[in-house]
Amino acid sequence: MKHRYLPMTDQDQADMLAAVGAETIEDLFADIPKAVRYNGVLPMSKRLGEPELLKHMRSLSDRNADFDRYTSFLGAGLYDHQIPVVLNHVISRSEFYTAYTPYQPEISQGELQAIFEFQSYICELTGMKVANASMYDGSTALAEAAALASGATKRKKIVISRAVHPEAREIVLTSAHGLDLEVVEVGIVNGVTDQAALAAAITEDTAAVLLQSPNFFGCIEDVKSIEPLVHEKKSLLVLSVNPLSLGLLESPGVLGADIVVGDAQPLGIPASLGGPTCGFFAVSEPLMRRIPGRIVGQTVDQDGKRGFVLTLQAREQHIRREKATSNICSNQALLALCASVYMSTLGKAGMQEVALLNVRKSHYAAERASHGSLSLPFSSPFFNEFVVKLPEGTNIKELNSKLLDAGYIGGYDLGVSYPELQGCMLIAVTERRTKEEIDQFIGELEAIV
Amino acid sequence: MKPEKALIFELSKPGRVAYSLPECDVPEADAASLIPEDLLRSKPAELPEVYEVDVIRHYTELSRRNFGIDNGFYPLGSCTMKYNPKINEDVARFAGFAKIHPYQPEESIQGALEMLYTLQNDLAALTGMDQVTLQPAAGAHGEWTGLMLIRAYHESRGEKRTKVIVPDSSHGTNPASATVAGYDTITIKSNERGMVDLNALRAVVGDDTAALMLTNPSTLGLFEEQIVEIAEIVHEAGGLLYYDGANSNAIMGITRPGDMGFDVVHLNLHKTMSTPHGGGGPGAGPVGVKSLLIPFLPKPIVSKREDGSFYWDYDRPQSIGRVKAFYGNFGILVRAYTYIRTYGPDGLRRVSELAVLNANYMMHRLAPYYEVAYPGLCKHEFVLSGRKLKEYGVRTLDVAKRLLDFGYHPPTIYFPLNVEECIMIEPTETESKETLDGFIDTMIQIAKEAETTPEVVINAPYTTVVKRLDETTAARKPVLNCTCG
Repeated sequence: MKHRYLPMTDQDQADMLAAVGAETIEDLFADIPKAVRYNGVLPMSKRLGEPELLKHMRSLSDRNADFDRYTSFLGAGLYDHQIPVVLNHVISRSEFYTAYTPYQPEISQGELQAIFEFQSYICELTGMKVANASMYDGSTALAEAAALASGATKRKKIVISRAVHPEAREIVLTSAHGLDLEVVEVGIVNGVTDQAALAAAITEDTAAVLLQSPNFFGCIEDVKSIEPLVHEKKSLLVLSVNPLSLGLLESPGVLGADIVVGDAQPLGIPASLGGPTCGFFAVSEPLMRRIPGRIVGQTVDQDGKRGFVLTLQAREQHIRREKATSNICSNQALLALCASVYMSTLGKAGMQEVALLNVRKSHYAAERASHGSLSLPFSSPFFNEFVVKLPEGTNIKELNSKLLDAGYIGGYDLGVSYPELQGCMLIAVTERRTKEEIDQFIGELEAIV
Repeated sequence: MKPEKALIFELSKPGRVAYSLPECDVPEADAASLIPEDLLRSKPAELPEVYEVDVIRHYTELSRRNFGIDNGFYPLGSCTMKYNPKINEDVARFAGFAKIHPYQPEESIQGALEMLYTLQNDLAALTGMDQVTLQPAAGAHGEWTGLMLIRAYHESRGEKRTKVIVPDSSHGTNPASATVAGYDTITIKSNERGMVDLNALRAVVGDDTAALMLTNPSTLGLFEEQIVEIAEIVHEAGGLLYYDGANSNAIMGITRPGDMGFDVVHLNLHKTMSTPHGGGGPGAGPVGVKSLLIPFLPKPIVSKREDGSFYWDYDRPQSIGRVKAFYGNFGILVRAYTYIRTYGPDGLRRVSELAVLNANYMMHRLAPYYEVAYPGLCKHEFVLSGRKLKEYGVRTLDVAKRLLDFGYHPPTIYFPLNVEECIMIEPTETESKETLDGFIDTMIQIAKEAETTPEVVINAPYTTVVKRLDETTAARKPVLNCTCG
């Protein structure tokens, strides 16, 4: 067969087979026992030429309601933010996207420097001393943080707030089962972690307390009062944060966090049905040599010129095998690059401005949603998401279908993961939403219910 | 040689901006009037202040200091650095794929769900498995997921099995994943032909064996000819077989892990299915299982109703739970599906045939100059030893660095660990005979240089933006960011 990605001509094939002393390609597979050979054609999707394939993919794509055609008020961990035009141009440079992990530093200085800058950005934003080259996503980063804390404290109990993203909690549970860790959940009061219950849950055998702020409900946790409760028992404080919120909210480093994780998706990464995104992972200095994943460090070459290398590799699986701090052997380099370009573009002033825009627009929307048939069940301070209570008996799944017909992607149905919040919707308002869209959406909500 | 490249932070000049945000069309309240002041940042993050041209020139210059497949031949063993088709990139950026949310009503993402459902089935057919989860984000993530499935299976039968067996040639992630899944690892030595030593295997297999993890073809590029016997030994002891799919590029349409006796398999879509490596990620590591493990798969998977519509299937009471937020690296899955459709099943088989032909051709041509670790047939990759050059004071690392001067990305070196001065070469199917010959001639030239002018090799590279870097100091006195903290 001829194919545009395959250069082999009949003559090449004949010459190469002759060079290896084989008559047919089949001879090269003589080492595979007949009993396990597959004969026939695999029952898979058929081949399409380029024009037909484009058409097919376009038709699949067109059957999805996208943010260009629909106005989204859906967040719940994944947001419709404005993506600066330059981002796609940078991450489309194929020197970046067709490279492997930078194992040969002399010809990978671009990627290595980009990661070093990403680590620097994350440290600046979070106020932490050390950040790694990135993780699969924010949720798996949280599970890795629990594992790190258990290893560092030699303790087996993890305390986690129910205000942490439900999917992140599920992942922490799955991973805790592998590591034989006990996970204790603490409830919520007024949209934030119940501090009295939290204080009671933290004991001498608690490795870490896992909090998210802004939490799943968009509310900002009172980390200042929680921090002493955690450190009094010599447990580690793990904070999962929305990096965009750190343009405005106090940095976790100042608040006393030991490990800070989060997802960089709000920093210019497309939603893409939830992935790929990019987790980040930052720690205080004493935990530096326990951090999972890749890390880039600065050094010099033989002429004393500045350069960058993968470093602290003694932690990693290819050296330590079963004794490694984690099994992770990759990072989300391309999306870490994407987040870095976002932060380069927004810069010092832009990061503050975009965070403030989110706060102003979400608070305007919340104010609009606090009258008549709609109400706000929580009064805690919030960032760009808030909870709206709909009239008794509202079926949010049906409501969202109706909103879709009207051109909106509605909020998250909280009853799905919090039975006590049946009839409540989590609404996200980013800088992309206009006053007009907010007014019409709230109007539509009121009209439907 | 190029001068040092400034960090983006070093380009900063107060007052410059590179952004343009939406207008504020709602009341312009102070932050402190909306959020209590003690929750607000006491001092702003010191991010650079640059304008758009700075951003573009900075990252363009960084890209020029990087080497990807589009720059040249990249025969990095076990990494399958094949061409990354451009159509994959275009398609993944369609708004209907890039700008959708996983919590949208199911009726508004039917195209995405259909694609995922079809991909699940295609990968199941390719691997000879009964069901596939697309959730894992990477190969190592797939390994851990697979081991957690195995653990759930044994636990459901009331069995406490504690050990995972791996060969000494296995990827480092295998034992590391076993540890994270709560298992102890037993490493068994390969025999003199680079295969699993059946006697060594029999000696360690027992009623505490949870699983054997195997890559086939192995990281030595060898097909494990006794695979049927191996499967029998492990299954008879009540253990399961885990297939590390990192080397699947050798076997598509030719043999399937499911038919070899494996119970679980992960695939690296960023390798076999051409989705780019992205400089280290994102990838995707779907996991396929035989029917006995289906009940334990992470939830949800994508299912199809009788009316032809697709839905997230959460009704899986024995599931190990969730392993990744949302539904895996969808954008990567779109690329993999696109790739599969450019070939179809007969095309994928041809891909594997040519990957194997290219590898055997290179091995034969290089054999007179570098010792072939395990002579005979190889599959998609092969392993050389550079130990002959040691008498001239030249090591494999030096050969790799010298290759940089000729515009090649070097092969994988010093892995697998059981071959001295190891050089592991994987050409892939998308390289032409001319490219292979050019690389081979260069390798031969370097072998001759090692003999006649070893200092030329030892001091390489000469043409890169930096010379060899001091990795020891980097690890001893880590400088991991440029912030003042």
